[in-house]
Amino acid sequence: MPLTFYSKPGLVAYVTCGDPDLATTREIVLAAIEAGADVIELGVPFSDPVADGPVIQRASERALKHGTSLGQVLTLAAEVRQHAQSTGLIVFSYLNPILRMGMEKFCRVSRAAGVDGALVTDLPVEEAEEYLRAMRGNDLAPVFLAAPTSPDDRLKRIAEASRGFVYAVSRTGVTGARQQLADDARKLVKRLRRVTKLPIALGFGISTPEQFAEVGEFADAVVVGSAIVETVERNRGREAAAVGEFVSGLSAFSSPPSAHSKSPRRSKDARYGAPAS
Amino acid sequence: MAALDELEREYEKAKRDSKFQKRLEELLRTYAGRPTPLFFARRLTHKLGGARIYLKREDLLHTGAHKINNCLGQGLLVDRMGKHRVIAETGAGQHGVATATVCALLGFECVVYMGTEDMRRQELNVFRMRLLGAEVRGVESGSRTLKDAINEAMRDWVTNVRTTHYLLGSVLGAHPYPTMVRDFHRVIGREARAQILKAEGKLPAAIIACVGGGSNSIGIFYDFIKDKKVQLIGVEAGGRGEALGEHAARFRGGSPGVLQGTFSYVLQDSGGQIALTHSVSAGLDYPSIGPEHAALRDAGRAEYVPASDAEALKAVTLLARTEGIIPALESAHAIAEVVKRAPTMKNSEVVIVNVSGRGDKDIGIMRENLNLD
Repeated sequence: MPLTFYSKPGLVAYVTCGDPDLATTREIVLAAIEAGADVIELGVPFSDPVADGPVIQRASERALKHGTSLGQVLTLAAEVRQHAQSTGLIVFSYLNPILRMGMEKFCRVSRAAGVDGALVTDLPVEEAEEYLRAMRGNDLAPVFLAAPTSPDDRLKRIAEASRGFVYAVSRTGVTGARQQLADDARKLVKRLRRVTKLPIALGFGISTPEQFAEVGEFADAVVVGSAIVETVERNRGREAAAVGEFVSGLSAFSSPPSAHSKSPRRSKDARYGAPAS
Repeated sequence: MAALDELEREYEKAKRDSKFQKRLEELLRTYAGRPTPLFFARRLTHKLGGARIYLKREDLLHTGAHKINNCLGQGLLVDRMGKHRVIAETGAGQHGVATATVCALLGFECVVYMGTEDMRRQELNVFRMRLLGAEVRGVESGSRTLKDAINEAMRDWVTNVRTTHYLLGSVLGAHPYPTMVRDFHRVIGREARAQILKAEGKLPAAIIACVGGGSNSIGIFYDFIKDKKVQLIGVEAGGRGEALGEHAARFRGGSPGVLQGTFSYVLQDSGGQIALTHSVSAGLDYPSIGPEHAALRDAGRAEYVPASDAEALKAVTLLARTEGIIPALESAHAIAEVVKRAPTMKNSEVVIVNVSGRGDKDIGIMRENLNLD
């Protein structure tokens, strides 16, 4: 399925797979989709999550204790795909587990599972040649992170390599909910608009409906990660219901596409094809 | 990436700037105490009955280890980048102390990240850093050692990148760190080469150094790489066993992987999760190795061997009683290797061992582990 944002702003929901266990993760993901998530980022836990703050660090540690692996996450993706035909599924992982599995194998198995794309946290676009070849060859969308500190020429490079959407990071820092959205966020999206026609999803630090609505004014989609992972942490025994409620609360602030435009906001080539920009 | 690009640009400019080079050379000489001696270990040579053993005395540098070569170099770059805050990771604490030292010297705010397990086993260095004015932040996550300290330092850096320089302490991390840190430590080998030619009129048959991240070893190896007859031997932490998790010997069971911005040999499990490691020496206790070492090893130019905790501890006592030098536990791994290797070599051959640091910081561990009769 193409990566499509059905509402404005679209909602990208991140979960750390395997916390508390894979079966619960499946329920959480389906609940998030039911509540309005357009795209799910399936987080693969890693021993050294250098770009993550304490919430996702803790979730990763818990998930790793049961031996959650990249292979298991891809199996989970296939299960989710069976129940959700129109939701975008992105594998969100650090590079080493993917390298260990093998770039080509990772892409093949992902495609077979019905995954739409991937975001590799610590793989900069400058080092992504082999990755892009494998992703292309398997019809998968590579999503990259654009940071406020990236100069314009780098933003252009990121945009050109990206498919599906561009993930704009709202501030310098690691994942984790914050009270105020930084100024960096608006400026970054503005700069990105100059170099890409792809939808722009903004993430890092968004946890409240107010922030969600505010970001929705200038970005095409909002990524919510740590807030969801923390909801899971704080609602043992009723994780899926709690996440469903939380996501409903956010998507109440989205409007369906008919209110703003004729069709869902998506890139012409949501799967790999000709560059959109 | 922007910060890395900026650092690379500044470093390239500094390399060509003779004022920078002069200032660095002056600080290395008048502040750090370079050049360090190359000492002929007569009694150790006699006791082992083989090659003539020379010790490169990086332990005599200010702060007690080679680390300060790199800290002074990077310290001088901080101003040039308009930054005023410096952060660092540290394992054994020597790099943390050297960073705190240079920050006090140059007037920068300093925060050092250290795993809480390392803080426990290297208390002396924690105190020294605080006395020098640095803030030491304990890291509780993961194995609570060096790699966890690096994770936390990297998180701080991405958050505060506009005001802060990350003074990485070894030949690890993303480019330009492995190259830049090696360049700042090249002085070790450059000196040793001139010193041995003066003392013996010929090049050594072998050079031995311990390898954690790999800074002291690449520092002494580098200027000898072109001398093909000189064997380069890196000694890794053999720890207390061969199973994953019991040692930190990357070339024994490690495989290519990416950790903390570097592609090199990494101790990892079948799912690509980074393995826990063990060594009695905090400074060698790290699951990856500097990529230049990986390249040298794959090219067959350098060889890497393990020394166990027990062998390193024995080597401490041996060097202390044979030459009156108490080495750091890290450096003791290199001594342990010369104990095995020198007897197999001829007396006409010369071996240089890099004593990368002194052992004061390890008194606590030595007291726990050594039975002094």
